[in-house]
Amino acid sequence: MEISLLDLQTGKTAKISRVEGGSEAQSKLAALNIRVGKTVKKITMQPFRGPVVIAIGNTKVTLGRGLAMKIFVEPEK
Amino acid sequence: MKILLIGNPNVGKSAFFSRLTGVNVVISNYPGTTVEFRQGKMKFGKKLAEIIDVPGHYMMEPTCKAEKVATQMLKEGDLVINVVDATNLERNLYLTLQLLEKKIPVIVALNFWDEAKHQGVGIDIETLEKILKIPVVPTCAVTGEGIKRLVSRLPEAKAHSFCRNEQERWCEIGRIIEAVQRLESKRHTLFEKLEDLSVKPLTGLPIAACVLSLTFYLVRLIGENLIGYLFEPLFGLYSPLAMRLSDFLGSGFIHDVLIGSLVGGEIDYVQSMGLLTTGLFVPIGMVLPYVFAFYLALGFLEDSGYLPRLATLVDNVMHKFGMHGLAIIPMLLGLGCNVPGALATRILETRRQRFIAATLMAISIPCMAQIAMVFGLLGQYGAKGLGILFATLAAVWFILGFLLNKIMKGVTPETFMEIPPYRVPHVRILAKKLWMRIRKFLTEAIPFVFLGVFFVNILYATGVIEYVSNVTAPVIVGVLGLPKEAVASLVIGFLRKDVAVGMLLPLGLSMKQLVIASTVLTMYFPCIATFVVLFRELGAKDLAKSTLIMVLASFSVGGILNLIL
Repeated sequence: MEISLLDLQTGKTAKISRVEGGSEAQSKLAALNIRVGKTVKKITMQPFRGPVVIAIGNTKVTLGRGLAMKIFVEPEK
Repeated sequence: MKILLIGNPNVGKSAFFSRLTGVNVVISNYPGTTVEFRQGKMKFGKKLAEIIDVPGHYMMEPTCKAEKVATQMLKEGDLVINVVDATNLERNLYLTLQLLEKKIPVIVALNFWDEAKHQGVGIDIETLEKILKIPVVPTCAVTGEGIKRLVSRLPEAKAHSFCRNEQERWCEIGRIIEAVQRLESKRHTLFEKLEDLSVKPLTGLPIAACVLSLTFYLVRLIGENLIGYLFEPLFGLYSPLAMRLSDFLGSGFIHDVLIGSLVGGEIDYVQSMGLLTTGLFVPIGMVLPYVFAFYLALGFLEDSGYLPRLATLVDNVMHKFGMHGLAIIPMLLGLGCNVPGALATRILETRRQRFIAATLMAISIPCMAQIAMVFGLLGQYGAKGLGILFATLAAVWFILGFLLNKIMKGVTPETFMEIPPYRVPHVRILAKKLWMRIRKFLTEAIPFVFLGVFFVNILYATGVIEYVSNVTAPVIVGVLGLPKEAVASLVIGFLRKDVAVGMLLPLGLSMKQLVIASTVLTMYFPCIATFVVLFRELGAKDLAKSTLIMVLASFSVGGILNLIL
């Protein structure tokens, strides 16, 4: 079942299935290895519409919720 | 010959630059430490090569200022040292592949090699060289490992002109990683646990509160003790010498300029206003100890990798003021000196964010030189005076930030930043950075302090101060409740804020007046050095707007304080 990164439970890992947004946003995300097929772990989400922190390989990234909403994942069972 | 250092942010390009050229530059553990390109020279064979440290970027498509600069630089370069983070090979290779399309000779420095080994990342360098068809040298720039080998292999750098689109590059990277990288199963280290704990809000916020209060406590503790046990005794030894010079000079203009006026037949280091008394004591005896303590603490915060985590924690709050969490970096740097603070606003990608950050920093972040003097002046009243001052400045920051975000057109873009791993700061790098900053303070602040002290004498001798204070008396006396002589301090504050605070001492102000004067001095105008940098960063029009905000805000806040205190 595909959900957005925003809805992924904290602490869970998932595989990226789809990235929405324009090509500039997509390349920007890809440059930090956020692209289809990569496994991502959601470390935490800051309250009050704060950013999401994820780990992807050895890279940790803070990204705003608007960006996180564009990333869709398949949670691992 | 021009050699460019190109790579993703925070991969150690500046450390390479420092190693190759012998020029010391600030190195920290967060992406975006280097905001403008720097040049240096290196001996290469029999010739001198120019080395250019290019601000970090993730890809060659110019989407932000840093990437535009890099793309431009590439046209002028003869050779690229592509610095690659060995612990993040996969995504770093994207830029490498793009560089291999640009018909410029490239050599890869596989940096953080030691850390990669430690993390169980194995990279088959021979195979990587074969696939990329360029030399690949494992390095550790901060310790200098592999640098010599890198330099000796520079002539082997090869230019290619592959032609791939984005999809093809990622496919190629997939194949390369498959062929050269082996990951051992990783153990969870203490550092990694701490990394997670310090960004989760429940644990992260208390950690942030502890880290920040400990930092400021240590700065004050170290600063006070340096003054009490080192600098005051030193000036105690210097006093007889200065007194003898004073006797020798007798009275007259030269005595007034060099020694200043004696207070009760003695030299008073803060009030005398001579070049060899106040001019030396203010920067060295009162400000330097705090500057030292602050930069020592800041070095630890920068090099450990904590700052991007702090930025993540405060990001939601900062967005209410039209900035990213990363805006805390210019704010923190501004506490040391507003000049690097203003430069660091470049870490924010839009003009709107940079304007808000620069204005807020210039208006309500006092630099360490000024804080040290205010400690000296207001300290006698205990925590109360200092408390009111800093609470007022904080309130101004919040209210003004909120208003600017509401009034200014445009939106704050989504936060998107890489968080580096925690690293144990290198003592050598900490010490070097501390020394560079101290040296900068000494060479840049002392001339201005001298100039400030000199101008005080000139302005008094020519009657300018008297004229200005009579003209401005309605505002200074009527609105702010200060004696009209205080205007002299505001005039000099444009040159040096520390000297300006010192000039308040002989006026015999009450605590309330001292608080008001210190607040207005912080807010009304940046010092000339900051002003020049702001002019460069914001342009004339925005700086004029920013200055207008400062002047209006400072006098209204000063007036309000005068009414309610």
